[in-house]
Amino acid sequence: MAQTQDIELVVNGETIQASVPVRTNLVDFLRDHVGLTGSHVGCEQGVCGACTLEVDGVAVRGCLMLAVQANGSQVTTIEGVSAKLVGRQLQRAFVEHNALQCGFCTPGMIASSIEYIEQGGASDRAAIREHLSGNYCRCTGYQSIVDAVVSVIDKGAAA
Amino acid sequence: MSGPLHKFDQPNSYIGRSVERPDASRLVEGEGCYVDDLQLPRMTHAAFVRSQYAHANIKSVNVDAARALAGVVAVFTAGEINAEVSPYVGTLTHLQGLRSPPQLPMADRVALWQGEPIVMVVAQSRAVAEDACEQVRVEYEPLDAMVSARQALDNDKARIHPELDSNTAWVKDVDAGDVSAAFSKSDVTVVERTFQFGRHTGVTVEPRSTVVEFNRSDNTLVFHYSGQAPHMMQAIIARHLDFPEENIRVIARDVGGSFGIKIHTYGDEIATAVAAKLLRRPVKFIADRLESFTTDIHARDHRIDGKIGIDREGKIVALEIDDLTGIGPYSMYPRTSAIECNQILNLTGAPYDIENYRARGTVVFQNKNMMCQYRAVGHPVAMAVCDSLLEEAASEIDMDVVEIRRRNLISDDAYPCTSASGMKFADLSHQKSLQRLVEMMRYDQLRKDQVELRKAGIYRGIGLVSMVEVTNPSPMFYGVGGAPISAQDGATVRLDAAGALHVSCSITESGQGTNTILAQIAAEVFGVDIKRVKVTTGDTAHVPYGGGTWASRGAGIGGESVLLASDALKSQVLEVAASILQTTPDTLQIERGVVVSSADGSEKISLDELGRIVYYRGNELPAGVNAELIATRHYKVSDFPFVFTNGAMAAQVEVDIETGFIKVLDFWVVEDCGRVINPKLVDEQIRGGVVQGIGGALYEECLYDDDGQYLNATMADYLVPMAGEMPDIHIEHVETPTSTSTLGAKGAGEAGTGGAPAAILNAVNDALRPLEASIFQMPMTPERVLNALRVS
Ligand code: FES
Ligand code: FES
Repeated sequence: MAQTQDIELVVNGETIQASVPVRTNLVDFLRDHVGLTGSHVGCEQGVCGACTLEVDGVAVRGCLMLAVQANGSQVTTIEGVSAKLVGRQLQRAFVEHNALQCGFCTPGMIASSIEYIEQGGASDRAAIREHLSGNYCRCTGYQSIVDAVVSVIDKGAAA
Repeated sequence: MSGPLHKFDQPNSYIGRSVERPDASRLVEGEGCYVDDLQLPRMTHAAFVRSQYAHANIKSVNVDAARALAGVVAVFTAGEINAEVSPYVGTLTHLQGLRSPPQLPMADRVALWQGEPIVMVVAQSRAVAEDACEQVRVEYEPLDAMVSARQALDNDKARIHPELDSNTAWVKDVDAGDVSAAFSKSDVTVVERTFQFGRHTGVTVEPRSTVVEFNRSDNTLVFHYSGQAPHMMQAIIARHLDFPEENIRVIARDVGGSFGIKIHTYGDEIATAVAAKLLRRPVKFIADRLESFTTDIHARDHRIDGKIGIDREGKIVALEIDDLTGIGPYSMYPRTSAIECNQILNLTGAPYDIENYRARGTVVFQNKNMMCQYRAVGHPVAMAVCDSLLEEAASEIDMDVVEIRRRNLISDDAYPCTSASGMKFADLSHQKSLQRLVEMMRYDQLRKDQVELRKAGIYRGIGLVSMVEVTNPSPMFYGVGGAPISAQDGATVRLDAAGALHVSCSITESGQGTNTILAQIAAEVFGVDIKRVKVTTGDTAHVPYGGGTWASRGAGIGGESVLLASDALKSQVLEVAASILQTTPDTLQIERGVVVSSADGSEKISLDELGRIVYYRGNELPAGVNAELIATRHYKVSDFPFVFTNGAMAAQVEVDIETGFIKVLDFWVVEDCGRVINPKLVDEQIRGGVVQGIGGALYEECLYDDDGQYLNATMADYLVPMAGEMPDIHIEHVETPTSTSTLGAKGAGEAGTGGAPAAILNAVNDALRPLEASIFQMPMTPERVLNALRVS
């Protein structure tokens, strides 16, 4: 198999063409080649959720997907979430509720929260906690994150 | 002081207000800058070959194939790296008798724990560096591994360090009053239990991360650091890599969590600095998760025999503990690995009025990863042992657990006082906090509900803890023992030409909100809108010398230094203003960026106009006016070794007796951390801490097999608390400002982690009591709960 492959994808609205080593995962590609360092890497095993981002409307683990698999896709990272109203609302709510401390888990938390809200998730603390249980946060204790998501849903998010 | 400080309590004060964090807006946009985000010209990437064995002679190392791989820049053996470093020793003179052999960054002839670095590969990418690591051949001769602390203690012949006469690193005894006599009195009920606390680790989401740059032209080194104590790191690199200290700049930008994990001397990070120096180009080392689990410091791992005696009134007559802990092959440098045991000896029973107290601590070497200070050092162990013994004793004499605490907690009017272990206490509020807790949680109602539910086969338990927390440490913590760790912090505050305030301070930010509270203090004390305060922390080139953020010292010590500097600057500005206005400083005040008349509040001159006069049109100033719009002040705690805080916490849990699963239903905290600067930030510190404590009580444990092989080094196997399992946490405050400072702030960072395990342990045992089962081992996994039920 070839060591590198040419890909073209749209990241936060911008078309990116690159020749990437086939073994490079999507989050490393975005961080190291595209220069979008907002997505974080905590485990490289799909467990911590820090690398969660949106590919073709679905929240995925950037460490579990190869860059070449994203060929032809639309990718949204934390740097691009404010293009959507729900993204902006969550960013504001996270600040208001202090739903982050070190901020390392935050890009992934926001991506998972967007997914929950866009799927029509209810303003139900237990359901939100359940949905966010794939995203690890060592700092906050989660309550303020749940508060932030609840506040956006209660205000009536528009996608 | 130039201003009346009671204004902190006024409704418009920035102090006591939940101001939003400016840093947070940056981080939610993905605009943070963590160490791994740095991309520097000609930067290289490091990976390490690490010992596969817990204890082995290294017979040979062959790096030829690795060196030949395309993309590899250099391969360094342990000998090559170690030759550039002078050995470091993890002892402190005030921990008398503590010993630890000299240590170097990498294992040359013998490896003492699984994960110890042996070969360093530097390549054009981390992926290539890892490819090259696979090409390195290491020939080992495996040796017997001393894995458990007991095994290491008992086995005198198989010594981890042949040059020492045993595997014991340190022993300490405390003996106050007459414990034996108290236990032997006829009316005394004696309860004995053995407690086991598993090894935990910090699991910061951002792993340990280091980038080092070296400039040969001027022999300077820039250390990009994900950690809490930049000046400590600067001193360590200078000492052990033989650099002039001033030629080293340590920069900590955004830090993705630390909790004490990133405040120690790690061989791989020192090796990264050496490699940068030898290669004359930037080297990046980012630990992967396997490296984090096997080499980030671990903590806890204590086995304690505890014994309490109470009389018929429920009064504690004596307390005794015997602690055995294993710390890995060395005592960690420079904070040492004996501090946790020392804290346990100091803090067990500290909230209570106890005359007779005896404690022994034994610290041994073993072939496991090293142990050192992690959030709430010693507290969770000390609090769990004492408060569990107390609740067990209460049940023996059929006394309510709140009542027995009321009878034993030091009374709120007894301060200052000294504990049996010699701790000096002042300004605490145990009784009041307990009362507030009981009201907040509706204790009596919960007890009634509990009885009803038991009839339906639902086993709920309620557990409490009364705790102290060590905060605001003085030089007595490390400095006195010879460590290059500052106990004082400094702040510089200056006014610019546009009337804005610039604060730089030696404490650091890793998400607690440090920069925000410093801005609040400066804005309030000086008198400007908080939007006009810019804060710099985490860069040895730009902040005054100081200790950084650890042991809950940021607000109390760093905050006080900012208060003093802001106040000094205010006096200077008022003098300049008075000379311009031809009046005296005492007739003026600064409010919202304007110098006003203190008599009627009328505006006299704005700070931006004053700045322009001083900086641009100095000719307008009267002769002899020394307009220095900058002030620096330093602060340390001097009357006490530490400033203690106190708290009371409670948990309600439900135990599923079929599966052994424990669900935490509710958690309540009453915290007295003195003056609260930002209620939201404090509460979130406490919540995060409680969840970390619940993790330690129920899920987290670094597991090793008998050969010292780490068994659960992934985040899927080392369980941490996730959102779905955690309860909402209710918090209230009692505010007893510390009289050691003007600000009156104490720390709050350790409270949750220190107290929650005890409350959870007590709650679980309360739930199991009707089944005559009990558990005294953390984490309380479903398997251990089921075993406890089976034994009963
Ligand atoms: S880095 Fe992808 S899930 Fe942890
Ligand atoms: S805010 Fe630090 S890990 Fe979530």
